[in-house]
Amino acid sequence: MSDHHHKETFVTKYIFSQDHKMISKQYLITGIVMGCIGVFMSMLFRLQLAYPEQSFSIIEAFLGRAGEGGVMTPDMYLSLVTIHGTIMVFFVLTAALSGTFSNLLIPFQIGARDMASPFLNMLSYWLFFLSSVIMLLSLFIETGPANAGWTIYPPLSALPQAISGSGLGMTMWLVSMAIFIASSLMGALNYIVTVLNLRTIGMKMTRLPLTIWAFFVTAIIGVVSFPVLLSAALLLIMDRSFGTSFFLSDIYIAGEVLHYKGGSPVLFEHLFWFLGHPEVYIVILPAMGIVSEVLATNSRKPIFGYRAMIISIIAIAFLSTIVWGHHMFVTGMNPFLGSVFTFTTLLIAIPSAVKAFNWITTIWKGNLRMNPAMLYSIGFVSTFITGGLTGLILGDSAIDINVHDTYFVVAHFHLVMGVSAIFGMFAGVYHWFPKMYGKMMNKDLGYLHFWLTAISAYGVFFPMHFIGLAGLPRRYYNNTAFPIFDDLLHINKVMTIFAIIGGLAQIIFLANFFFSIYKGKRAPKNPWHANTLEWTTEVDHIHGNWAGEIPAVHRWPYDYSKIDENGDLWGGQDFTPQTVPIRDGEEEF
Amino acid sequence: MKALFFIIIFVVLIVACWQFVKLLGLTKVDNQTATEKENNINGWLMLGLMGFIYGLMIYSMYGAKDVLLPRASASEEGYHIDNLFVMTMTLILVVQFIMQFLLFFFSFKYRGIDDRKAFFFADSHKLETIWTVIPTIVLSGLIIYGIWTWNNVMDSSDAKDPIFIELYGKQFQWDARYAGEDNQLGSANVRFIEGTNTMGVDMTDKNSADDIPLVVNEGKFVKELHVPKGRKVIFKIRSQDVLHSVFMPHFRAQMNAVPGMVTEIAFTPVITTAEMRLNEDTKAKFEAINELRKEKGEEAVEFDYLILCNKICGSSHYNMQLKIVVDEEADFNKWLATQNTFAQINNK
Repeated sequence: MSDHHHKETFVTKYIFSQDHKMISKQYLITGIVMGCIGVFMSMLFRLQLAYPEQSFSIIEAFLGRAGEGGVMTPDMYLSLVTIHGTIMVFFVLTAALSGTFSNLLIPFQIGARDMASPFLNMLSYWLFFLSSVIMLLSLFIETGPANAGWTIYPPLSALPQAISGSGLGMTMWLVSMAIFIASSLMGALNYIVTVLNLRTIGMKMTRLPLTIWAFFVTAIIGVVSFPVLLSAALLLIMDRSFGTSFFLSDIYIAGEVLHYKGGSPVLFEHLFWFLGHPEVYIVILPAMGIVSEVLATNSRKPIFGYRAMIISIIAIAFLSTIVWGHHMFVTGMNPFLGSVFTFTTLLIAIPSAVKAFNWITTIWKGNLRMNPAMLYSIGFVSTFITGGLTGLILGDSAIDINVHDTYFVVAHFHLVMGVSAIFGMFAGVYHWFPKMYGKMMNKDLGYLHFWLTAISAYGVFFPMHFIGLAGLPRRYYNNTAFPIFDDLLHINKVMTIFAIIGGLAQIIFLANFFFSIYKGKRAPKNPWHANTLEWTTEVDHIHGNWAGEIPAVHRWPYDYSKIDENGDLWGGQDFTPQTVPIRDGEEEF
Repeated sequence: MKALFFIIIFVVLIVACWQFVKLLGLTKVDNQTATEKENNINGWLMLGLMGFIYGLMIYSMYGAKDVLLPRASASEEGYHIDNLFVMTMTLILVVQFIMQFLLFFFSFKYRGIDDRKAFFFADSHKLETIWTVIPTIVLSGLIIYGIWTWNNVMDSSDAKDPIFIELYGKQFQWDARYAGEDNQLGSANVRFIEGTNTMGVDMTDKNSADDIPLVVNEGKFVKELHVPKGRKVIFKIRSQDVLHSVFMPHFRAQMNAVPGMVTEIAFTPVITTAEMRLNEDTKAKFEAINELRKEKGEEAVEFDYLILCNKICGSSHYNMQLKIVVDEEADFNKWLATQNTFAQINNK
């Protein structure tokens, strides 16, 4: 392919590019923009929660009529939490995380010249871009963006009479998500086909880096579960616009009985969570893959229990598709199903625990290089443990009853999938930035960014568990209507201060990121002394990745600090790239 | 325009950081990965982060003990839930302490030194078996105990002489209806809503006549839902418009209100409102609350059981509540006798 190197115009190189490296960068930049918007929204509603009746000119400046006098309206508060959730879960942690790193690393690490279908890949990005634009446009319409929560449960999301955002705002939300799902499916199919078919000589499935295993399995769960959300969205569109009754029944609102009969909102909840739960693993698995790779490289040690890691990825993926009911223990679902879903849900703790133990064993007796990517990976393991453990409470139907839909849940999933996945993403950006842009990022700013982010992440989400245990429901515009929550206000203030510090700390990242693209020091070919194939390519991107033949692979990617029978390092260096043939007397792992 | 101003500040901050990077870049030794000194500093900071997390945990637990719900569950079923909760929470805290310690201690202890070799340790079936089997055993215990508790709480088929109460959610208030003398709720559907029949009760159903509606009074805390101590209360829950959720945290009870279907949750209250007001935890919490309210010039409040709405239901979702009063059974019967049945209301 490298031989038909035809001339690229500006448009085919930077805009409608079919090159996986450019598409990966497009995903990352779009994701960063969406992420900034999502985080900024959270800072606005954190202000509202900590200072309920006080006026802030920043609120008036950005929210206009919905923030008149510097205090946001309840509808706008709900819009902000809804769009914050949607943007962060789907646009940042699904599309941008998978889109960036699957696109960048799958061809690079398996030794392929590009994706199986570069055209489909381009289409996938541009559909994602279109859906982002529609979602952002919905912020500017008269009745306000969707505000039924990111889970858009009907009837609230189906009836414009019930809440203002369920008019045009919800229509745009649904259209945007339908396009998003199409984009996500194209991407996922492409990843699966590429991993299965385009591996270089010698790259057996059991020699794939764990990143690729994670992206591959993530793509499979995406293909299995996203269509179900699409069906739910389509049926909801039918209910909203064409008078069907899939999810609606016996409703009296605004002084009249509606014609809907026989539908059930619980059906929607089943369809939604059939995607919704695998979705959290779609978010976390790529981050796990990235972290496994970064931890091994920077510990100068093989990842501990490579095969167990693969098995646990597959086990998590399988279990993730049969646990969705734990979001529905108190929805009126048959209590027997509650028992079944408790059983399957708590089982997930086993492969998750195996992974956590294996990561810790990976750093045990290593020689840790504490660069920013490594710090974020250690941070990931920490927040994953802290957030994951409370899953034992939420997944157990009986104790879920009293914490369901409280801030305890918000704290749990922000730590285990929000903060963790973002940490994984940052680890990935710091680690593969040299491969993406051929430049190095500034380390000192990276350190500062990590420490501020890690401290504020814990500062926001750890105390949040306790206001949940005090019984405070989520999605409350303010808590002043309930005197029993008066004593939670000071905790909310502390959390808001940490949230603002954490939000502002991202400015450091932005500056570092964009500065380094243009002015960063030129990266060497293999800056981290890593074993995987992407570091055998040239620093400057070329079409087709390798100028000559694609290198053949002779070993697994984790031969770090391997010693020979005399106790010396093989080849005198503490890493052995995958392209190095097995030497005489060496045992392949 | 002001938004533009804030965006400009944001951009200026990025540029300021940018300039800062330039300065750092000038003085920097060229080293791609971390230097020994950086490993050392960050290793120590990792210990610091561990200290911060432990400190935050201990401080939160200590500081939050006064803001949490009263430890005593106001319902019999809640005891089982609380036991399971305490057991799980203890397990979580122990595991959290150990795992975070190992993670951060190893990060500190094995921080990089230039001429040290890492230990090539790729696999150990023994270790992996250990940490697959131990979680499996612990989780089996949790699962069995959890499912047992769940069935215990959700199954009210063997209740002796329960009282049936309908809870009816609508934007943004809770209505209620007692089953009356026959202890059977008359059937209902939103299509029967008309005039004063705001809950859509089918008045032609023979079970409806003796049903007692909680008389609608707009405004907060005017309506009180009375329930008797020591008798199982089975709530039949309906919704008029969108999803709501009946959340009674003091009783460890929650169930969604779903338009088009009737859902159910049941519990036996064991502490009356008067008794709960004398509870040590409640007293401490409300003293603190009233202190805060005094500072803000608001009037003092007393403890009350509450139903909160816990499923997003519209603009005023944050203020959809109903006060519950748990009485001794004799007081409850006396109170109920003063309420009008549908037959009485309709004949007026």
